[in-house]
Amino acid sequence: MNNFAYTKAKDVTRAVAELNGNTQNKIIAGGTNINDLLKYFVTQADKLVDINPIADNHAITPLEDGGLRLGALVTNADTAYHPVIEVRYPLLSQAILAGASAQIRNMATNGGNLLQRTRCYYFYDVNVPCNKREPGSGCPAIAGYNRIHAILGQSENCIAVFPSDMCVALAALGATVNITGPDGDRVLAFADFHRLPGNTPHLDNNLQHGEIITGIDLPAKGFEKNYSYLKLRDRASYSFALVSVATGLDLNGTVINEARIALGGVAHKPWRVTEAEDFLKNKEATPENFAAAADIILQGAQGYEHNGFKIPLAKKAIVRNCMMALQPETQRPGAQPSL
Amino acid sequence: MKTNNTHTTSLRVNGKDYRLDILPWVSLLDALREKLNLTGTKKGCDHGQCGACTVLVDGKRVLSCLTLAVMKDGCEITTIEGIAKNEELHPLQKAFIEHDAFQCGYCTPGQICSGIGMLKEGRARTREEVAELMSGNLCRCGASKGIIDALMEVKEGGNYE
Repeated sequence: MNNFAYTKAKDVTRAVAELNGNTQNKIIAGGTNINDLLKYFVTQADKLVDINPIADNHAITPLEDGGLRLGALVTNADTAYHPVIEVRYPLLSQAILAGASAQIRNMATNGGNLLQRTRCYYFYDVNVPCNKREPGSGCPAIAGYNRIHAILGQSENCIAVFPSDMCVALAALGATVNITGPDGDRVLAFADFHRLPGNTPHLDNNLQHGEIITGIDLPAKGFEKNYSYLKLRDRASYSFALVSVATGLDLNGTVINEARIALGGVAHKPWRVTEAEDFLKNKEATPENFAAAADIILQGAQGYEHNGFKIPLAKKAIVRNCMMALQPETQRPGAQPSL
Repeated sequence: MKTNNTHTTSLRVNGKDYRLDILPWVSLLDALREKLNLTGTKKGCDHGQCGACTVLVDGKRVLSCLTLAVMKDGCEITTIEGIAKNEELHPLQKAFIEHDAFQCGYCTPGQICSGIGMLKEGRARTREEVAELMSGNLCRCGASKGIIDALMEVKEGGNYE
């Protein structure tokens, strides 16, 4: 790590002021990702602004519209195990518990989960080029070892994937992100928060410098009766997803009123295709219909030398996870699904 | 050494109060090992991938390598050195010996602190769930079976305060 300054901010206004237009002044909350990035010199800082003292952002509170507000500073563990989340948003709870380890979930915050950076090996290795780390330097992953990389929405500049599990569930649930900055407050739909790499792979998301996430709002509808999160990876636990799927179904008997399907591990952001969800509306909840939806979701997918397997894997994972959502009681947190 | 960038930080470690003048970029792990000479907490990967540095902060298991010491001002830290009561080993320490739950011992302090944190959380019901909630602690010697055996025994016994 470089030798940075450190200060605590007691409220959001103070935190925004401490950032003070210097992009090398950075926020720290749980620290699970930024401390690692600082150790590798992937990130450097002039000053870290510790926002943990901001009392307002430590709570999970009901909203007037029946939804729920997740404070940005609530830990991932406290969110996953919150009694209201467990009952009303079990998809979110399962997704969080599929990610990282118990220690990291005790540290990592909800706001920080959205802002974690890719685990692309080339991004983490400061001895090689990377367009995300050093714009214009090149992308060794495209012709390199790209087993964990993107198959959807990538560009010739970057094939990194966004590694979060929690955010896949938040995308499926249609959460919104509350942001405060020098010009006041604004709200972003979850689908508009993270970016595709395009020509600007150094930008992971649409948060501007000086802005802070204060909370994440969940809509009232939690798909708590029929949901499933399936995470496929190289070991049974404590590993990033090769492909993950979050499914929420609103059923009328065996007919689908509404379907939500989001993928993780395949793109620079959680991948959700509304055309596929519209296709499933008023259809029977059958493997055949879910397979047709999977084909729509994977339209345009492109594999590379080492990750072509992700395309058929994602299609099969979607079908399997949607079938599992019909029997959510078959799920066990973080364990291999029984179906 | 006090410089213009050090922060006076109070830590209560294993029941004893310390005041440290510390640079912001010093991890809690390095503060424990280098400043307080509490070398029981191990530096395995130093990147949050192995769990060897696990300690309890205000009762919760965290990775001391990914924690800045200045951010834990006023907190209560428990390391492996603070687990035994006087000369009496903690039940989980005894169970580790009984179940041969280590070979080289390098992951053991982290396994025991993590295990105590896991038991206090009270979320694991089955052996499978214990294994899942301990997946952040790697054992390269392959003693995981003994570790889970030890944890299951203490969990069933209910004596882990």
